[in-house]
Amino acid sequence: MTEVPTNLIQRLLSGLGRFSLMVAEVVRSLTTQRLSGRDLVDQLHFIGVKSQMVVLVTGAFTGMVLCAQTYFQFHKVKMDTATLAVVSVSMCGELGPVLTALMVAGRVGASMAAQLGTMRVTEQIDALRTLATHPIDYLVVPRVVATMIAVPLLTAESITVGILAAYLVGVHLLQIDPGYSLVNMQRFTDHRDVLMGFIKSFIFGGIIATTGCYKGIHCGQGAEGVGHATTEAVVYASIAILISNFFLTLLLTRLLALI
Amino acid sequence: MIEVRQLRKRFGDQQVLDGVDLTIEKDESLVIIGRSGGGKSVLLKHIVGLTPPDSGQVLVDGQDIAHLNERALLAVRRKFGMLFQSAALFDSLTVEENIAFVLSRERNHTPEEISRRVAEALEMVEMPGVQKKKPAELSGGMRKRVGLARAIIYRPEVVFYDEPTTGLDPVVSDSIDKLIVRVCERLKVTTVVITHDMRSMQAVGRRVAMLHHGRIYTSGTPVELMASTDPVVSRFVRGISDEKEHTF
Repeated sequence: MTEVPTNLIQRLLSGLGRFSLMVAEVVRSLTTQRLSGRDLVDQLHFIGVKSQMVVLVTGAFTGMVLCAQTYFQFHKVKMDTATLAVVSVSMCGELGPVLTALMVAGRVGASMAAQLGTMRVTEQIDALRTLATHPIDYLVVPRVVATMIAVPLLTAESITVGILAAYLVGVHLLQIDPGYSLVNMQRFTDHRDVLMGFIKSFIFGGIIATTGCYKGIHCGQGAEGVGHATTEAVVYASIAILISNFFLTLLLTRLLALI
Repeated sequence: MIEVRQLRKRFGDQQVLDGVDLTIEKDESLVIIGRSGGGKSVLLKHIVGLTPPDSGQVLVDGQDIAHLNERALLAVRRKFGMLFQSAALFDSLTVEENIAFVLSRERNHTPEEISRRVAEALEMVEMPGVQKKKPAELSGGMRKRVGLARAIIYRPEVVFYDEPTTGLDPVVSDSIDKLIVRVCERLKVTTVVITHDMRSMQAVGRRVAMLHHGRIYTSGTPVELMASTDPVVSRFVRGISDEKEHTF
């Protein structure tokens, strides 16, 4: 009976250890090795440009449904013009970064795990090593850096589109007064909300890329191993994003109140 | 040049290497033979530093690489070129990008020089004009040739071949054997070949070491091994199974 939990704890601890070593190697590589501009641009294109559709749709429809739901409740207490303020604050601090990160984790994190996992099972990672190239330098660092640049930009795009879509729904469909709505939006949306969203999305980008790369590089053998790695990359990154979001909200609210 | 001392490696319950002692001299052409699943590829991965041993030493020019970290190993591996069993070409890159991989990352070569050296390497493996193809467009034999071009373009001191003729028809296998001999003679490199193909062993090897039950069981010239009366060696080189032993 005690063997199962012991094995589970051992596996968990050794996994955490390997993950920490990989992150430490990424930091070491960033500080000691030159990052290839071409590799970075390739990854930025894949992560940033090719995620446009999924991020735009997510942002727009999240803004629209949030606007509609908020309006339906606020209308009962005659607070219609606060609707867009709620949408703006929610999109900037919580929904924008979290939903964008979850969508990118599904698209990019899974892809990273599958690519690197396939490279591992077909000995391409061993081949890299025999060609005097550290897999972290060539495979992981460009992906981590590109994701940490792309996710905040995608989040900003998602927030902007979400608020614009909410404005269109609120003003043109639900007949909310545009003047008061904009004034309230500006009054209640602080630069700290925007900053919180930016910091969160930067961290979420790191979580997505490191989880995807870790799962790919350490995936099991064969097609089954790659399949597991891909699924786990998405599941673990999504869970890490949701859990860290809670703690980041508490921490950043305190820290940003100081500025 | 390379010396393996008392190398041991266990995977789970299976003791794959059980005290391997082996010396590889400079410029020699060594073939390591042994049963499938007998640890030949594992031994090769230890020599190249891809797998850490449980115990023992791998000395490369007097330096023990068995316990070096990955970054320190990168400098040692610059002396080695390796052709993998599956060729292990990077499938997202073209043939030219695959072969030029090391030179491109060194940043001290002009694009013209890289193109010239890629063309030379392809010429040597008799595959001119395929620079723009993707690995998926190549046959098994062609992939191995491109893999070899990638392994020799930076002039390594030792070239390792992991089962270079596995999965190829006899004619292509023979052409790969001839290619290995030609590369060895033209580049004056030390050659280490892992195989269980006896034709390949005789064509390529000047010395043969047989791995059996996790140890180097015997070594000698291909002729000596083919004429051996030792039952283990004799059965292996003639391909005769032992009914008392599981052969799968």
